[in-house]
Amino acid sequence: MSLEPEINTKVSASGDVAPLTEGMSQGRLIWKRFLRNKVAMGSLVIFLAIVVLSLSASGVFGMQGWWKWKYNELVPLENGGAPTLSLIPEWLGGDGIHLGNHPFGQTLIGIDYFAMTMRGVQNSLIVMFIIGILSAVIGTVIGAIAGYYRGWVESALMRFTDLVIVIPVIVLGAVVGKIASEHFKGLGVIGLSIVLGLFLWTGLARLVRGEFLTLREREYVDAARVSGARDARIIFRHILPNAVGVVIVSTTLLMAAAILLETGLSFLGFGIRPPDVSLGLIISQNQNAFSTRPYLFIWPGVFIVAIALTVNFIGDGVRDAFDPRQSRFVARKMKEPADS
Amino acid sequence: MVSFIARRLIVSVLLLLGAAFIMYQLTALSGDPLEEYYQSRLPNREQLMAARIERLQLNVPPPLRFFLWLGGAAKCVVPFIGACDLGQTAQGQPVLQLLPQAMNATLQLVTASTVLAIVVGLIVGIVSALRQYTTFDFVMTFISFLLFSLPSFWVGILLKEFIAIGFNDFLSDPIVSPLWIVIISLASGLIWLGLIGGDLRRRLMVFVISGAATAAVLTYFSVSDWFTHPSLGPVFMLLMAAGIGWVLTALMAGIKNRRALLTAGIQVAIAYVCYFALQGLLNISSIYTLLILGLITIAVAWLTGYLVGGPDRGVNIRVGIFTALLSAGLILIDRLMQAWPTYSNLSAINGRPIATVGSQTPGLVGDIWVQGVDSFTHLLLPTLTLMLISFAGLTRYARAGMLDVLSQDYIRTARAKGMPERVVIVRHAFRNSLIPIATIVASDFGALLGGAIITEQVFAFSGMGAMFQRGLTLPDPNPVMGYFVVIAISAIVFNFIADMTYSALDPRVRVRA
Repeated sequence: MSLEPEINTKVSASGDVAPLTEGMSQGRLIWKRFLRNKVAMGSLVIFLAIVVLSLSASGVFGMQGWWKWKYNELVPLENGGAPTLSLIPEWLGGDGIHLGNHPFGQTLIGIDYFAMTMRGVQNSLIVMFIIGILSAVIGTVIGAIAGYYRGWVESALMRFTDLVIVIPVIVLGAVVGKIASEHFKGLGVIGLSIVLGLFLWTGLARLVRGEFLTLREREYVDAARVSGARDARIIFRHILPNAVGVVIVSTTLLMAAAILLETGLSFLGFGIRPPDVSLGLIISQNQNAFSTRPYLFIWPGVFIVAIALTVNFIGDGVRDAFDPRQSRFVARKMKEPADS
Repeated sequence: MVSFIARRLIVSVLLLLGAAFIMYQLTALSGDPLEEYYQSRLPNREQLMAARIERLQLNVPPPLRFFLWLGGAAKCVVPFIGACDLGQTAQGQPVLQLLPQAMNATLQLVTASTVLAIVVGLIVGIVSALRQYTTFDFVMTFISFLLFSLPSFWVGILLKEFIAIGFNDFLSDPIVSPLWIVIISLASGLIWLGLIGGDLRRRLMVFVISGAATAAVLTYFSVSDWFTHPSLGPVFMLLMAAGIGWVLTALMAGIKNRRALLTAGIQVAIAYVCYFALQGLLNISSIYTLLILGLITIAVAWLTGYLVGGPDRGVNIRVGIFTALLSAGLILIDRLMQAWPTYSNLSAINGRPIATVGSQTPGLVGDIWVQGVDSFTHLLLPTLTLMLISFAGLTRYARAGMLDVLSQDYIRTARAKGMPERVVIVRHAFRNSLIPIATIVASDFGALLGGAIITEQVFAFSGMGAMFQRGLTLPDPNPVMGYFVVIAISAIVFNFIADMTYSALDPRVRVRA
């Protein structure tokens, strides 16, 4: 390894000689690094498969899905509600690979469990994306304003953030989820996720503010200011693109946490309410039937773990792609300056 | 420094007040405490409603009601202005009476799991940092991501089904089948192989030895009916105590340090003698006797370490104290095991010892050991649930912290000047990697007090989380606020401790006075 930096002598100052290899933009570099990460790519494929499966099976935006039963449709119990999914091929002595009428079985009153699970997965995904987008937008805006303008704006916004952070996420989520079901009954899942999203941006706001505090002191920001750029232009064109890595990474990890939060709240009875379906809710409803009908309990759990795990791996891959030097899970306390 | 603490204190109090205000308004928004009466057909419905309105001051609008509540709560902090008052529940019980019980239950639950998670998490994290990019590291990374993504209620129910019911069923016919012996021995061999590492020959040896040892122990347990009548017995006791002394000396002082080894050996010998001599005393012990015995253990260990002398007494004393405490722990575990058959044959237990609900068997009679086994069987599963999840995070932090430290210049210096690898890892790297972990652990402790809501619900544990959940379901604002005050204060205090430890441990971080 030579210590001398490689200098491309082919590029002249006048710029009329084309470089031999085309330079890659930052975005392409990151994308290529992400593509090389096998774990993250595998997780992305599995995650997308789950998304497509759940959306297509139970239908979306009022469209009809390909699965024959609905999540709230009573069907006569077939074979005591036992699952009909079979994955062992015939030449191994099994029944051959087929879905059957009720692949995940039926509940005690006869609702098809595959339809319920798919509906639950769909609801979890909706909650996850809405919370992710809302917190990313609110957190970025508040963090950016606080970090860019400093002074009293910053103290006011950050003290407010501190106020919300004092309340633990699960407690806040439970109270807010209860409010959503009390006052936004008609909106259902979307109402719940909007209300949750309105409160979960605080961690992101802190990170974005920290990023803005360092970036705003850079020379190119001074240069932009001297050349007469307005604040909005500096924030959106000059600083934000450089802070986008932090936003994307922590939004992904927040989304993984949001899945666990939603299912946990629904399990406790503060999230999605019947007659709608959530993975946490159906686990809570069926936890006593475990010894007799374990399939009612296993499948929703497997989907929760699969979604959370793949999203976590994707987030980790995105982090590696944005900053290959940074190791995974760097202790956050080491990066934050001691804040009074 | 003083001005920093004072400023910090004022900011914390203001934060707490603000957060309490937000929380109070949100709770008030979350539902009507009178709701259960709207549908009721009780003849005295009107009186009941009036009484509840009176009790919870529902005719005052929430923003003002907060200040009424605050007036009562302030009496807990400011002396001489009256009795402390956190309001009443909807049924008329003072919240202040409910809190101590709930806090006690939650603390039991949280302390054990946090301590275990820290110990196991640190060990696994550091070993996987030392074996970076090996199979062990990858497997551990995957496992910690998996645990990170597990919903705690799902894990809790799985544990209930597989460990509790499975183990209880197993106890009725405690024979480990040969197939399981093979599987478990292979697994144990693989784990040790990954942990210890080395070249191919050494790995094979570790694999064979640990696998064979596991198989032998399991067969012995199975044949001798150990699972229904567990005890360590004189042989295992001696082997394990000696093993502890050896490992601790090797880690903390190096096996070449004869004086430390001697101290550890003396501790093991004393513990072994006490194991026989103290049984009579232990049978009639109370918790205070045990505390006094613990203090005596530390004092004796300190004294031996001091008397053995040598150029570095500190090392002797540390090795001695840790060896003595762990061996004493073995004696206690053995005594608890002796109480196991008594416990398991009690009519209230009926041969199914691992409990799935509650924090204790109601109406249990027995000495301290039976009570101890009872808490153990009740705490086992919830502790495991909580532990698995916080273990995942801690392993990642420990690994990242250790890797960070290992790439520092002073580690290279230490190696370059010829320090043994043990000293480099234990003295230079490990201690410094603990600095960031200390702050994480402190803030984790604060968060855990409130974070057990779901686990408490799964295991029907009546701690703080259950109090919050019941309060919010009704809704009943005062218990919710009581819960919130406790966890918010503990979170703020532990965060403060975290910052203080950080600046105390790391001279590069100075508080801005």
